[in-house]
Amino acid sequence: MWRDTLLVAGKDLRIEARSRVALSQVAPFGIVALVLFAFALGPDRAPMAKGAPGLFWVAVLFSSVLAIQRSVSVESVDGARDGLRLSGLDPAGQFLGKTLSVAAQLVVLEVVLGLGVVLLYGANIETFWLIVVSCGLGTIGLAAAGTLYGALSAGLRVKETLLPFLLLPVVAPVLLAGTRMWQAALTGGTPSNGTPWFHLLIAFDAVYLALGVVVYGPIQETA
Amino acid sequence: MAPESPPTSALSLRDVVALSGRFPLLAGVDLQVGVGETVLIEGPNGAGKTSLLRVAAGLVPVASGRATVLGLDPARHRTEVRRRVGLLAHASHLYDDLNVRENVRFAVKAAGADTSRIEDACERLGLTGRLLRTGAAKLSAGQRRRVALAVLVARAPELWLLDEPHAGLDASARSLLNELIVEATAGGATAIVVSHEPELVESMATRSITITGGRVTGECRLNSAPARFVHVA
Amino acid sequence: MTTDTSVQSPRVMWATRVIGLLALVGTGLTVWLGLWVTPPDKVQGDLVRLVYIHPGVAWVALYLAFGLAAACSLLYLWPRTRSLFWDRLAAAAVEVGVVFNVATLISGSVWGKPTWGVWWAWDARLTSTAVLLVLFLGYLALRRVPAEPEVRAKRSAFAALFAAVDVPIVHFSVLWWKTLHQGATVLNPNLSPTIHGSMAWTLLLGFVALTLAFVWMLLVRYRIGALEDFLGSGELDMALLERQSEGAGPTPEPLGTADDARAPVKASR
Repeated sequence: MWRDTLLVAGKDLRIEARSRVALSQVAPFGIVALVLFAFALGPDRAPMAKGAPGLFWVAVLFSSVLAIQRSVSVESVDGARDGLRLSGLDPAGQFLGKTLSVAAQLVVLEVVLGLGVVLLYGANIETFWLIVVSCGLGTIGLAAAGTLYGALSAGLRVKETLLPFLLLPVVAPVLLAGTRMWQAALTGGTPSNGTPWFHLLIAFDAVYLALGVVVYGPIQETA
Repeated sequence: MAPESPPTSALSLRDVVALSGRFPLLAGVDLQVGVGETVLIEGPNGAGKTSLLRVAAGLVPVASGRATVLGLDPARHRTEVRRRVGLLAHASHLYDDLNVRENVRFAVKAAGADTSRIEDACERLGLTGRLLRTGAAKLSAGQRRRVALAVLVARAPELWLLDEPHAGLDASARSLLNELIVEATAGGATAIVVSHEPELVESMATRSITITGGRVTGECRLNSAPARFVHVA
Repeated sequence: MTTDTSVQSPRVMWATRVIGLLALVGTGLTVWLGLWVTPPDKVQGDLVRLVYIHPGVAWVALYLAFGLAAACSLLYLWPRTRSLFWDRLAAAAVEVGVVFNVATLISGSVWGKPTWGVWWAWDARLTSTAVLLVLFLGYLALRRVPAEPEVRAKRSAFAALFAAVDVPIVHFSVLWWKTLHQGATVLNPNLSPTIHGSMAWTLLLGFVALTLAFVWMLLVRYRIGALEDFLGSGELDMALLERQSEGAGPTPEPLGTADDARAPVKASR
């Protein structure tokens, strides 16, 4: 399974390296979202700085939908999805591989958006490791849940409109937890503030990773 | 990838019914293909020829009846069956953003096959030099076919399932394809070829099967013996 | 394919009518008792009368409908118990659940306005309910995609599974995010003394009546779904049987016309 994971992840990341969709389209979209938020909240930086954690995560969430869409559409050309089935690759490995690849892209995205938030909104990071932990855990959860829903909506013609509607409510806990942890990080909060959120993210990640490993194969065989 | 004991039957279908929702793709197919045979499958459009190949590849589940591929149940031993069977479909399963070499490497590694034969396979199919580094999006249909074939040759599966393989290939590619099939079967593999141009395959096929309405409706022995067409109702 | 004729059996239809009648009577009784007979609360005044409706619809939407849909989806996914019956039941539960969910949100909002001063105060319970509503709607949107019943059932069941495991996580995350809702007065382990006497009975009656209403709507909706499927598959089966007997008949046909042996609308395979 792990060999297949690395194989699929490598393939997806190589495709991304070639086509640079995440870098040239998804990341700019995230930045655009940040700019629009700034326009919406008014020229004063105070409300922006206050809302920075939440706005960061909302931008990440919207961008992750695009990243998932891209990850799914890579397989829909020339029957590649059939090809993956035919290859005998372990479905769990395929799931983890795609999740890994999406997670890697999201991490890069978050670095960009994080910089954006610091520079554009004047957010002041006091506890850096809280940021890292929240982003890391949140990314895994987003990638796992997203890959699952992506697989579910893969063959559908309406997947562009359906996927956001299906995915975003489900990952709301990631938004809540991530925002709270970022808030703690920006105000120099103590680790104890973040503990229940930390557990929540771990639970979310564990649930969707486990679900994906078990269920990805049967989903693919559904046509 | 070595089999435990060499099976004598490459494909065994007994009254197999395969469904797509409510629609019967195969409506009771009986077919036995021994190892080393080359079988030609003919029939009109929509008869179920492609579906038969897909059932053999383990892509379409068997709704009723018994199917055995290389001695294994494709439903129970899904991964193993897929690794030992190679399907050349209408689609080439290539990633547009990767070049030819990367596509072949990925497909071969994904199937768990040995990567050492990739170089030779690509050379054999005329995929050399700049072509190897060309992105799959820029390839013509015939070239895509060649890439898919290269994957097949490099993987060297025990059962070759070819769906109208000659379509879209030029004359030299066609004769190359025939060479490859003959070589593969001489090396112990089995080939099942669906074709609308039977004259291309008849010279190497041991048998010809006709599929109509999801069932086998005709079978005749080929090869050196002159064909005596027998209708099997 | 399951031609679930049990849904059309006279016994079930009679039971459905009885349940419907009971639900109607129960709800009517609750309304009468709630609006006129029971006394207003010391603190909340007449507003407390919503307690006869709101927790009732909330219980149905959040636990009954959702729980049923999740359980049925699991039963469908489990190979040994796979049957389109579970899929139809789950879909019916979700649809009716949407109705009750909206009722929960509206009654909660109406109750909250005088108490909190705003129509929507992002109270934890109501917010979780709102998220559940969106998850329900997502499920229904997915079901609307045209597909074979088995494919649609499998897809919906997976979607239900993914949403179901999320619900407890959402619940806790929203709860920790904000806590404003008054503690559960009836489902609370330490039964609050704010409800007593005739109020308690009316509350219980409300629960029962609303549950019966849910069951009635569920049965009706299930029947509609089963009839739709039955109609579709029955015609198709007939057509296919005819086709197959045409094509695979004993008289050998020349290859040229064998095209007609299978249904005409078919891409080349």
